[in-house]
Amino acid sequence: MKFLVLIYDNPASREVFLSLPAERRAAGLAAYRALDEELDATGEKIVSSPLAYPEHTVQVRVADGATMTTDGPFAEVKEQLAGFYLLECDSQQRAVEIAAKVPEASFGVVEVRPLMDLSAFEG
Amino acid sequence: MTRSSGELDGLLRELAPQVLAAVVRHHGGFDECEDAVQEALLAASQQWPRNGVPDNPRAWLITVASRRRTETWRSDTARRRREEAFRPEAAPVPDTDDTLTLLVLCCHPSLTRASQVALTLRAVGGLTTAEIARAYLVPEATIAQRISRAKARIRGVAFAASPDAVGAVLQVLYLIFNEGYTAGSGEALHRVELTAEAIRLARLLRRTLPEDGEVAGLLALMLLTDARRPARTLADGSLVPLEEQDRTRWDTVMIAEGTSLITTTLARAPIGPYQLQAVIAAVHAEAGRAQDTDWAQILALYDLLASLTPGPMVTLNRAVAVAMVHGPSAGLAELDGVDLGGHHRVDAVRAHLLERAGDLDAARAAYRLAARGTSSLPERHYLESRARRL
Repeated sequence: MKFLVLIYDNPASREVFLSLPAERRAAGLAAYRALDEELDATGEKIVSSPLAYPEHTVQVRVADGATMTTDGPFAEVKEQLAGFYLLECDSQQRAVEIAAKVPEASFGVVEVRPLMDLSAFEG
Repeated sequence: MTRSSGELDGLLRELAPQVLAAVVRHHGGFDECEDAVQEALLAASQQWPRNGVPDNPRAWLITVASRRRTETWRSDTARRRREEAFRPEAAPVPDTDDTLTLLVLCCHPSLTRASQVALTLRAVGGLTTAEIARAYLVPEATIAQRISRAKARIRGVAFAASPDAVGAVLQVLYLIFNEGYTAGSGEALHRVELTAEAIRLARLLRRTLPEDGEVAGLLALMLLTDARRPARTLADGSLVPLEEQDRTRWDTVMIAEGTSLITTTLARAPIGPYQLQAVIAAVHAEAGRAQDTDWAQILALYDLLASLTPGPMVTLNRAVAVAMVHGPSAGLAELDGVDLGGHHRVDAVRAHLLERAGDLDAARAAYRLAARGTSSLPERHYLESRARRL
């Protein structure tokens, strides 16, 4: 089963992180390295990446065949997508266990979303 | 002896896991052995069409791969300046088929399911990482990494073909089969045939363990299930439940083989859960029309299965059989004891039974609840359509 772990943060939580002493920030990054290493060893990670800051967002709309772009994220969005893990694991329970190891789970928001499954048993 | 290139490919593919197992068993080092076997296979594919297939092709491959493995070992060791300390010998060519030991190694309990599956398809199935990646809809780099980390993890673990180890192999083969069997028709288009591969591996395993009732049981179960595949979806990909399938589209050759296999196995082996599930599939297969199904026999088989391996899924399937024999309200009463943590299959079965009982409002609500509970798109469409047509 595949799951997408979505990691959100917000301007306030980023400020908090950047104002932390260097060793606390290093501990956060070390937690990510440890998580990546664990998931590579078990084969459960398909791909993961942090995202560039939200101000680099480009919104794209197509109307009447014309492509229109707007710079920056939706202003009203409080929590912004900061990174993701695409996982393949045996159960949702396991995906939640992995999500709990993401540092943002302690101060931001972490979501687990199953991918749309196209397989099925009959009847 | 001359052979067509297709026959030669088939022969090499069949021998590859046996050769790999023999070389790994003797020399250790999964990665290096695999490279050596690849070189031996390449040499065979070049030399055999020209010079003919040797009398004992397996021994030829083991000898060549073993020599390659030793040469690599020597050059590695030379780099470490320990060359003169040891003179490795070529692996002896064993009389026995080592496929089982290789399967057991690939399904080692220290590996995650995903890694067991990838390693089994690579090392025993002989699929390329690209083929495995396409089959599981993940990037090739992910599969390559998964396989190399899995090999690193099992480096140095002991071969032991215990009953537990064989059980783990059966689980992995069944998982591969189900991945292929339940794949949506659209996504299956460019995927290697995982059901065919699982059946091939089960046949391979059965050759090494011909007396094992559960190995035969799993193979029979796969054959009898796969026989229904042409009838289980419509052209648009929508699901057809068992009782509504066009049974003339079932594969009669597979049914005949599966039925005969499970019949002879039951007569001589101790009973087990795969065999029981295969018998249940055989009872469904022998009914020309859904209404001819011998539900009393199926219920008796589920009773036996529930006593052998009790669990919520068995209780759930048994409840359906109870409903078919004793009426829908008896089946619904059985469902009350099932705890699947809010799993949508419980709601789906409850909906079916409520529909049969004529409680259409409750059935509609249960179908909708089940539809919301599944992450599978075809199942969701199916359950919503059942709710709509009430």
